[in-house]
Amino acid sequence: MTAVDAPAVTAPALAATGLVRHFAVSGRRSKAERAAGAGRHRAVHAVDDVSLVVPAGTTLGVVGESGCGKSSLGRLLVGLDRPDRGEIEWAGERAGTHRGQVQAVFQDPASALDPRMTVQDAIGEALPGLRGDELRAAVDELLHRVGLDAELAERLPHQLSGGQQQRVCIARAIASNPALVLLDEAVSSLDASLQAQVVELLLQLQERNHAAYVFISHDLRAVRAVSDRIAVMYLGQIVELAPAERFDLELLHPYSVALRSAEPHLPGDGHRIERIVLQGDPPSPIDPPSGCRFASRCPVAQARCRTEAPALVERTDGHAVRCHFPGSLVPLVLPEEQPA
Amino acid sequence: MTSELTETLASTSLLQPSKRRRIPVVGTIAYAVLAVYVLLAIVGPLLVPYPPNQLNVGPRLAPPGPEFWFGTDALGRDLLSRVVAAIRPALVAAATATAIALVIGTLFGLAAGYWRGAVDGVISRIVDFLFAVPEYLLAILVLAVLGSGLVNAAVAIGIVFIPRFARTVRGSTLEIMSRNYIDAARLSGRGGAWIMSRHLLPNIASPLVVITAINLSTATGAYAALSFLGFGVRPPDADFGSMIADSLQYLTADAWVVVPPAVAFVILILAINLAGDALRDRLDPRSVSR
Repeated sequence: MTAVDAPAVTAPALAATGLVRHFAVSGRRSKAERAAGAGRHRAVHAVDDVSLVVPAGTTLGVVGESGCGKSSLGRLLVGLDRPDRGEIEWAGERAGTHRGQVQAVFQDPASALDPRMTVQDAIGEALPGLRGDELRAAVDELLHRVGLDAELAERLPHQLSGGQQQRVCIARAIASNPALVLLDEAVSSLDASLQAQVVELLLQLQERNHAAYVFISHDLRAVRAVSDRIAVMYLGQIVELAPAERFDLELLHPYSVALRSAEPHLPGDGHRIERIVLQGDPPSPIDPPSGCRFASRCPVAQARCRTEAPALVERTDGHAVRCHFPGSLVPLVLPEEQPA
Repeated sequence: MTSELTETLASTSLLQPSKRRRIPVVGTIAYAVLAVYVLLAIVGPLLVPYPPNQLNVGPRLAPPGPEFWFGTDALGRDLLSRVVAAIRPALVAAATATAIALVIGTLFGLAAGYWRGAVDGVISRIVDFLFAVPEYLLAILVLAVLGSGLVNAAVAIGIVFIPRFARTVRGSTLEIMSRNYIDAARLSGRGGAWIMSRHLLPNIASPLVVITAINLSTATGAYAALSFLGFGVRPPDADFGSMIADSLQYLTADAWVVVPPAVAFVILILAINLAGDALRDRLDPRSVSR
């Protein structure tokens, strides 16, 4: 296997500083955009000044509504896209050529597996150094590790179930012993019972391989189940970065509080959080507002929020917030309803 | 993309039953006829009664009869022998032209779809240019530079047909490049050669076979047209296009002279077309037979 040599000092598996990624927009400006003073050279601010560190063996969850830039960020972090500005380091080395040291599992296994490649060949693709019997043995071992029968090696993707396909993708992702694995909505396409199994599998594999995970999802419950720390994204920026255990009642950014309150309640959670419904849609990521990007929808916004953009400030150990008035939106906690 | 959409729409709509009515026998017959032509192209010259280029083997413009089955032409050459001799250049020209267009067009399309950006810009402009110039004008322009003859005519047709392949391959490549399995291959350190040969080519193979079959018939027609205009094999060698052209001046008095080369050519074109359709129906079940 093409194992990456561990550096002498334990550098974090992933360190990103000041990542910026804008996508140029072509086409005419709409009347409304011109009225709002949109410039001629417009860009979607997919990722704006994102810095994060993921130590080996830990999981960073990234949550946010669709279009907030979490998948764009994920592609930057594993080098499938290049940032306009900013630095990325994988295990202390400047990110660059792919040698299997970073891997990814994507949402749709049907798109992540070549329909004309057998399971054996798909996994073998991540093991460039192996041939023949050696390769066959390595693939068998990987299939076993993700809980699949070795007989599936000769199958084509359409001969597998969705859960089996996703396990093949995971086997391929861990084949090269990566220091970092991007899990972009990796369990979102699976049904609830499969989700739990795959999450369990991912955690077992992490314990064994000590890889760092970046777990991107719109599903807060799944993110809380796997993550050590959670980053909340809004319009291309991280608005709050909190340890997972604080990600319930100790959230400080009004957007995070609203996001948490939108998570469906399940019996056994212990408490219910009154849903906070945000007004309006997120502003366009093309030329976002100059003040706080959340000000237009924030229930507790003040005059300063509309003019001055807040910085991401670390409040307590490992808990950072991008807000002028952190903690001003307090969730309403209700006791759990007892079934009648 | 658009043609795919219309194909999908058509296959789910009223046009569906027409597919059922199509008799698979047609395809089988087409394959068989094509096989006969290929066989004749290889061994035909050994079977014919007279040397095809020999003058005055019989009277001039003799009508079909027991001695000269298809009659003779104005120079007293046996038309049966000449028709059989004309099959080889027709097939060689079509195959060579299509092969040139297939190889170069596929490479262009793959490169444009894989690297995008500036590479795509340059290739797409070249392809647009080739598309914009009328096809026969472009072919004759190439022949004016290269000089006429079988190989040069095939090269000219090949160049003219490059865009047909380049566009299809580029479109399919762009579509496949957006799949996550390409991302996965990159993350594992696989480069362009691997991605093209292991992922892109296998996944575009079936549309490629279909357009190859279709263009084989178009190329046969194009070569006959160029030969008709005098750009084909050099006289006295036989060629469908030039034989039809030569017979035109006798059309009023001895009209049957045009029949043997014209009929043989039409049957060949029909066989290639129908065989191509049958192949497409087998490889691309979504498409509808016309």
